[in-house]
Amino acid sequence: MEQPEQNIVTGLQPQPQPTAQPQAPPTAQPQAPPMDQPRVPAAPGEVVFDVEKVSCYYGAFRAVTDVSLSIHEHEITAFIGPSGCGKTTVLRTLNRMNDLVQGARVEGDIRYRGASLYGKDVSPIAVRRRIGMVFQKPNPFPKSIYDNVAYGPRINGEHNKRKLDEIVERSLRQAALWDEVKDRLGKSGLSLSGGQAQRLCIARTLAVEPDVVLMDEPCSALDPIATGAIEDLMHEIKTRYTIVIVTHNMQQATRVSDRTAFYSVLRNEKSDTRTGVLVEYGPTERIFHDPSDPRTEAYVTGQMG
Amino acid sequence: MAVITGQEKLDLREPKGWRRTKNRTATVLMITAFVLALVPLVFVLITTIAKGISIISWSFLTQPIPPQVAPADQGGIGPAVLGTIEITAVATAIAVPLGILGAIYLNEYGGKGVLARLIGFFSDVMTGVPSIVMGLFLFSIWVVYFGFSGFAGALALAALMLPIVIRSTDEMLKLVPNPLREGSYALGATKARVTLTVVLPAAIGGIVSGALLAVARAAGETAPLLFTILTVMTANPNVFSGPNTAIPAQIFSNATSPYVGAQDRAWGAALTLIVIAFVLMIVARMVTARFTRFSR
Repeated sequence: MEQPEQNIVTGLQPQPQPTAQPQAPPTAQPQAPPMDQPRVPAAPGEVVFDVEKVSCYYGAFRAVTDVSLSIHEHEITAFIGPSGCGKTTVLRTLNRMNDLVQGARVEGDIRYRGASLYGKDVSPIAVRRRIGMVFQKPNPFPKSIYDNVAYGPRINGEHNKRKLDEIVERSLRQAALWDEVKDRLGKSGLSLSGGQAQRLCIARTLAVEPDVVLMDEPCSALDPIATGAIEDLMHEIKTRYTIVIVTHNMQQATRVSDRTAFYSVLRNEKSDTRTGVLVEYGPTERIFHDPSDPRTEAYVTGQMG
Repeated sequence: MAVITGQEKLDLREPKGWRRTKNRTATVLMITAFVLALVPLVFVLITTIAKGISIISWSFLTQPIPPQVAPADQGGIGPAVLGTIEITAVATAIAVPLGILGAIYLNEYGGKGVLARLIGFFSDVMTGVPSIVMGLFLFSIWVVYFGFSGFAGALALAALMLPIVIRSTDEMLKLVPNPLREGSYALGATKARVTLTVVLPAAIGGIVSGALLAVARAAGETAPLLFTILTVMTANPNVFSGPNTAIPAQIFSNATSPYVGAQDRAWGAALTLIVIAFVLMIVARMVTARFTRFSR
């Protein structure tokens, strides 16, 4: 059952690669980010997140145990796995969203571009300004479309009307929503359909020009067409942002992601408790076509979960 | 669709029997209860309008209060209108900000802490304190030392309004969905930002109408004023010192007087109060509509 730590991390290189890395500090990785290679980049970009032996607790309940992985710049990393395996929990530790949950606690270390996210003087506010998040259910504010997008820049102190106009247009264009809403920016953000509302939330996140965008099942409330629109959008923006997405949809993971982390639930028969574990992490191609762990194989071939 | 022939027609009518009887009975009971509940409301309105409408005029609202023996067409309730406006305004200025801030603390900052639970508990207890007790309380801690004044009355009314404002605001803040807060936090907002720019705007309609209802309730209170403003007949524009008067207090003294003129003025004053409450209600509706235009 216990998968040695090394296998998980080195799941990255089934084919020998000259640049053995992920644990190396980011400054030691000067190579340019792979811009136009949608599939697994030959040389991965800088490490953005270095997650090391992270366990998450809600009160006494251990939701996730011993997760280690590294997330690379300008890539889309997908977290897949059955319900209750802790993939959302891990995602929410990446921008300290779980601080907002009472009793939530993190053990282990997450380094974000070399800095410890859970260090003593780290402000979750500063973290979240760099690491944005899109949620499962579209949650536009009950404000106008314009004010929704301008919200982030405004709390960062941008009040120049012309600059805000620019940011709003640029962000809505990036989120492929501009053409649909440009004539009704003053209308309520709640007047949009589900797919539009989700793209509005993405535009709102992009407006603060984050470094990383975390997406928690962004398409689970959307129909296939809206889902397709958001997946296209992810491909377009990944040249500028690093994206981590949690998804229940394995096809989606194969369609959009460069790397995939498969989580599973570990049951302890003696104490009758469950905890999430990271089973395998590697290039999406390999996870889906040549998984090294039988549990991954069972899951991706639909025999489980 | 294929046409099925030679088959019995489906009977989709509601089956007769016990279930139907229960349904009918419950419907009749509900309608009866609704009508019964309306009866006192309608009668109060009709009676007050019938008896008060003839006396109400601009001069009735502005003229000084005459001696009780004066006939109905002399004098008015000017000082009482002034007093009610002064006292209610001061009470609102005290209770509404305090109440809203208190509710924000309870909901956004206090969490499940001891202090928050204590405040919530005592505010609920305060809702149940009879209004005359509030008047006596202010009498013993304020009037005894500083004398009768509109301000003493305002303090008593504020003490009555406070739990109402806290409760209604609290309920409104609870209705703000958590994903909205998370959406704001995820953009790097501080807690104060989240509260000011997302939570309060989302709840403001309900908060304002709750506050206005508390104002309307306070404007109609008599008991807390009896021991705090003394109910004089002269106008007192200084709310902070000297005895004052208010519409409900005038209604009380006029209605208990044996003179017909005074009783008529009491009806007129009662109608005035109802109209004030009505206007506040309409303002509350308008404010709610104004602030929730993005919520649909």
